[in-house]
Amino acid sequence: MAGHESHPPAPPKPRATPEEMRERKRLSRQRVSDDSEFITVSMGPQHPSTHGVYQAVVDLDGEIVVNARPSIGNLHRGVEKLAEVKSYHRFLPLTDRLDYISSFAMNHAYAEAVEKLMDIEVPRRARYIRTIGDELCRLSNHLLWLGVHVMDFGAQTFFLICFRDREYVLDLWEMLCGARLTHSYARIGGVAADLPDGWVEKCRAAMEFMPRRLAEYQRLVEKNRIFLKRTVGIGIFTREDCVAWRVTGPSLRATGMERDLRKTEPYAAYDEVDFDVAVEYDADVYSRYLVRMKEMYESCRIILQCLDQLPEGDYINQDAPSQTFPRKKQVMRDSAAMVQDFMQTFRGPKVPKGEVYKAIEVPKGEMGVYIVSDGTSIPQRLHLVTPTFYHCQATPALFEGEMISDVVGIFGSVDIVLGDSDR
Amino acid sequence: MTEFIILIIKLILIIAVAVGMVPFLIFFERKFAGFFQSRMGPTYAGPWGSLQSFGDMAKLMSKEDLVPAAADGPVFRIAPYILFVPAFVSMTLIPFGPMDVDIFGYNVDLVVSSFDAGVIMFLALGSLAVYGPVLGGWASNNNWALLGALRSGAQMVSYEISMGLAVVGVIVMANTLNFVDIVDAQAGGFWNWFFIPQLVGFVIFFVASIAELNRDPFNLAEAEQELVAGYMTEYSGMRWGIFMFGEYVNMVVMSAVISTIFLGGWRAPFEFLDVIPGFIWLVGKMLFFIFLYMWIRWTLPRYRYNQLMDIGWKIFLPLAIANLAVTALIISVV
Repeated sequence: MAGHESHPPAPPKPRATPEEMRERKRLSRQRVSDDSEFITVSMGPQHPSTHGVYQAVVDLDGEIVVNARPSIGNLHRGVEKLAEVKSYHRFLPLTDRLDYISSFAMNHAYAEAVEKLMDIEVPRRARYIRTIGDELCRLSNHLLWLGVHVMDFGAQTFFLICFRDREYVLDLWEMLCGARLTHSYARIGGVAADLPDGWVEKCRAAMEFMPRRLAEYQRLVEKNRIFLKRTVGIGIFTREDCVAWRVTGPSLRATGMERDLRKTEPYAAYDEVDFDVAVEYDADVYSRYLVRMKEMYESCRIILQCLDQLPEGDYINQDAPSQTFPRKKQVMRDSAAMVQDFMQTFRGPKVPKGEVYKAIEVPKGEMGVYIVSDGTSIPQRLHLVTPTFYHCQATPALFEGEMISDVVGIFGSVDIVLGDSDR
Repeated sequence: MTEFIILIIKLILIIAVAVGMVPFLIFFERKFAGFFQSRMGPTYAGPWGSLQSFGDMAKLMSKEDLVPAAADGPVFRIAPYILFVPAFVSMTLIPFGPMDVDIFGYNVDLVVSSFDAGVIMFLALGSLAVYGPVLGGWASNNNWALLGALRSGAQMVSYEISMGLAVVGVIVMANTLNFVDIVDAQAGGFWNWFFIPQLVGFVIFFVASIAELNRDPFNLAEAEQELVAGYMTEYSGMRWGIFMFGEYVNMVVMSAVISTIFLGGWRAPFEFLDVIPGFIWLVGKMLFFIFLYMWIRWTLPRYRYNQLMDIGWKIFLPLAIANLAVTALIISVV
């Protein structure tokens, strides 16, 4: 393994035992007095910091939340229904619009599921490119999250500082596939195009530069006493809560659970690179921040390793002409490739009968795709198991007993994007 | 008769300073915010974007004056001005230069009112300003606005106490409540300014003034991430503009008061610099504090409501009392 050293994360020490954490949570819920009248406010869908068109109807006792009722669906576009009238290839760009902050990871999750259904191989180079893409998404997602999260506590400048560095990642995407936000870069059986000339060097330079910037952020955030006061010990969401509400991703790892699909069920090239699963034990807002911070360092490390080990070969599977696209360059030169391209575009791939579920670790949590196929080139039923949907459903458990000022930070700390939840 | 005319001219000048500074302060705030956030800030309106605030004002004035149907109309309409007017009155207490200056053959005091209970007057007017947000939030008949109003009321009242106690140290040292005499007590160079012996009081006063002005990290009354816009949620158009305007006028007044009490007011840091007119020194000191307010606002996150109260009552109040006790002890012994 290459010797790319990130800042070694200090071994996490639990600041409180699970019993203490449960007790704290219970006490915070007891702050509500029985004989008071509540005021009801509607947080969202036009509230400035519900991170999208999310609505929570919140009953307040003074500043303390008594009861919160989530309401989602304001961004519903019928994506799952649309999948039932489109061929497998044509649905792929729609997955961009789920979690539009990390759209390649969404493409990837969908492509992995379809490949599992068709039982086709992905060339090794394509798997490496996908790994790099996933981690770039993780970086840009977590940078955006970090900026917004600190802004939720009122520090507005930090938001734009994070945006400045997210730009490096977006520039890489632009060079790679032309799009900065909605990539549609994955294809069934590989990716849309090979890495352009000079991209590897540019990416390596950016990834060697990024950890220095991350260390700067850490200094800015972790030495800020106001930020620590607002996050340490706030918004405790224990492992039992996470499991009960199916909260996954960094929020789950912040409770001490080492569940990361990249490690437990390796896909793409994750079994060929060396990385650590970021874990924290305190289950509070600050732990969730720490987990994401560590994940960003790990992402840089994974990308650098992938660039070092990047194998030669095809970027898209060429052994299954009835299921994948040909190389784009060949389409105008080779008649067989042209026919293949035409058939794939207008008729769609040949898919066996059956059903399949495949989940991968996207930046926000576990993203699963469930497909039922009746043997035609369009899915009979496609269900997207998206992380934000479950994060939103945990609203009452997350909010109750907390102060209205903390609610925004707590909700932000589980990381949501409403395109992902409302599909 | 001449005295009356001079008084009117002085009042007009005072209001011109306070009001005239505001568009530029808003412009500076946006420009500074841009620089802090590695972007340009306004650039299109006028040279270097300097006419941006005037464009904003024209926009706000041309907007519909909307009063929600469920709001308490008269109170809703008058609330912004309650924040606005006391600030001007406070401005009359600030000396801009020495007394008995000969201007065009007239003897003029460069202060509107050399009032013997000036400091008390200033604190009283500061308390009046609380009614603006509280009444505005209450009259809006909106839960967010109500929460903002309650926060703003509690916050301003609790920080006024530490603020008042922080000034008492200076009053004990200067042995007067008159702003003119407080400035005179600091004559003779910057080592005589009160921020050196009263460093604790100075810090407490400055931090409390941030809370009084509802600015980050104490802008809980607006707290756009939590309470949408706090007490201003239902306001739009020029009434909203007057709330904003009032906040900046308050900022001007507060920085003038801090400069006068702790930084020698219009006096130069060295005697030989007295050739530069006093009001330039005063405005310079005010701009320094205004820049500090802006710097802090664009850097720090916000405290939570109960943490803010903790700081006010559990740290600043005891500290201010201790500061006062020590000052009084030293004064009485020496």
